[in-house]
Amino acid sequence: MNAIVPITEFQAGATSAIGRADAPAIQIERLTKRFPGVAGAVLDDVSLTIDRGDIYGIIGRSGAGKSTLVRCINALERPSAGRVLVSGREITNLYGRALRTARRDIGMIFQHFNVLSSSTVAGNVALPFKVAGLSRAEIARRIPPLLELVGLAHKADAYPSELSGGQKQRVGIARALALNPSVLLCDEATSALDPETTEQILALLRDINRKLGLTIVLITHEMHVVRDIATRVAVLDHGRLVEEGATFDVLAFPKSRVARSFLSGLVAHELPPVVASQLLPEPVAESDPVLRIVFTGEAAHEPIVAALVTQFQLQPNILHGRIDYVAERPLGVLTLVAGGAGAKLPDLLSYLASLGLTVEVIGHAIRSAVTRRHSAAR
Amino acid sequence: MPFDLLSPAVTALLVESLQETAYMVSVAALVSTALGLPLGVLLVVTAPGHILAAPIFNRILSVAINLIRSTPFIILMVAIIPFTRFVSGSSVGTSAAIVPLTVAITPLFARLAESAMREVDRGLIEAAEAIGASPLQIITRVIFPEALPGIVAGQTVALVSLISYSAMAGTVGGGGLGDLGVRYGYQRFMPEVMVAVVVVLVVIVQSVQLIGDAVARAVNHRIARSKRSAQV
Repeated sequence: MNAIVPITEFQAGATSAIGRADAPAIQIERLTKRFPGVAGAVLDDVSLTIDRGDIYGIIGRSGAGKSTLVRCINALERPSAGRVLVSGREITNLYGRALRTARRDIGMIFQHFNVLSSSTVAGNVALPFKVAGLSRAEIARRIPPLLELVGLAHKADAYPSELSGGQKQRVGIARALALNPSVLLCDEATSALDPETTEQILALLRDINRKLGLTIVLITHEMHVVRDIATRVAVLDHGRLVEEGATFDVLAFPKSRVARSFLSGLVAHELPPVVASQLLPEPVAESDPVLRIVFTGEAAHEPIVAALVTQFQLQPNILHGRIDYVAERPLGVLTLVAGGAGAKLPDLLSYLASLGLTVEVIGHAIRSAVTRRHSAAR
Repeated sequence: MPFDLLSPAVTALLVESLQETAYMVSVAALVSTALGLPLGVLLVVTAPGHILAAPIFNRILSVAINLIRSTPFIILMVAIIPFTRFVSGSSVGTSAAIVPLTVAITPLFARLAESAMREVDRGLIEAAEAIGASPLQIITRVIFPEALPGIVAGQTVALVSLISYSAMAGTVGGGGLGDLGVRYGYQRFMPEVMVAVVVVLVVIVQSVQLIGDAVARAVNHRIARSKRSAQV
């Protein structure tokens, strides 16, 4: 007879049904996915680590592979190479019953809600419990708090055809949370909703993340969704991970062209084409440098345009700019022509850097008539 | 009422034929539903890319079903006489006629159930997979309830075809309304019998259709209740 040895949580290599408590929520290792008959990889050697409690945004254009990536996390899609671990437990080598059990720890919501039209709200939320084999009494006990959580307690007996899109997504969220998963995957969950409803669903997700400590992975093509809710963000382009980092850092200092273009509607990193086409790559006689100044945090409150005028006697001309708030921190990007900077440029740049601003000379502009008159008068 | 125009003897014959038809159709309907629904499920879930994909099995099953469906009923009835004798112990009579009726209607019902179940959104099936549902749970808890209005509509169509096929059961001594119409109305030149038979059949088919539509509507929650009552 074998003695029953209690397995502690910390025993080396021990993995329970819900994985290891100390492992990151999700580890994606060198994931590659090719579809038969499709040239090129849909996912190309993507590696990511998502920590517990994060709201992790994955952004990309349609066809960037983000949907495939998120579907690999619960093995709705099988990768061609690489592996995915959820709570330290490999998902990519699970099949059949073991996979079904593991999936109960991973909730998922969808762009088109995917609620059963033949069941009431309560019936839809009961589905995971029935699948898990809970008793009728236990199911009846567990449904009301879930409906309460998503704000649908008054709609328990309604059919989805009587609900709005936002309400259907709430049903989806309640169903996804039913079995207390540690991870919630959101596949374009707000893309079919109007802006106001999107706002409400994002607020609900943020609330759930705080209340339950749930890790949320959210894929979207809308940067404002990432800005409003994500703590970290990954940018996918043509199946490759082109950028990854804390949301504020990626929004403030995007390194990739793709990230910059995604941000154009939100943060003024890129000049409008009409303005950009007039910039000169090299200085010429009678030209002024064009500066892009990124304000973050405290420096956003400094009156720098006034300083340029009074301390440096410049004629700054603002080309483009915007201030936004990301994770409650101000983020501003201002593009201006430092009119009359000339030899003062190095001093000017070090002064701005000393204020904690990030400054970059992005080109040169032909000196304006006003600046020319001003310089001549001097 | 057509009954008043008929002699008591003919009325008795009509009632007897109606009972035979009812017997043949109801037993054949029950058995073909019991066989056709699982076949329809198999056709759906073993299709390439579906939850229990088995393309070769799917192809074989599909061809077998098409073979039966493309055989005219009158020929099928005669062709499967040995099978009929094996199942019912006789190749003639009302009970014996149930065998070819079932064989003919099962593939039709399977196809109609298949098309209803194939329409179930793949997103719903994925959502069920994502919460850890097994293939059997997906079939019973997602595909079947979601396709139920379509399955009921298919069942109604199959039942009407079944009633129509049962008129040919006289060929194997099955009796029934069709047989009565042919033997008395046509062969004995009694047009009132023919008219009576047709009227009774029209009433039965209309009733089946009305009931089928009502049931299909009752189990359909895809349209909001307020809009549904407006449609009626």
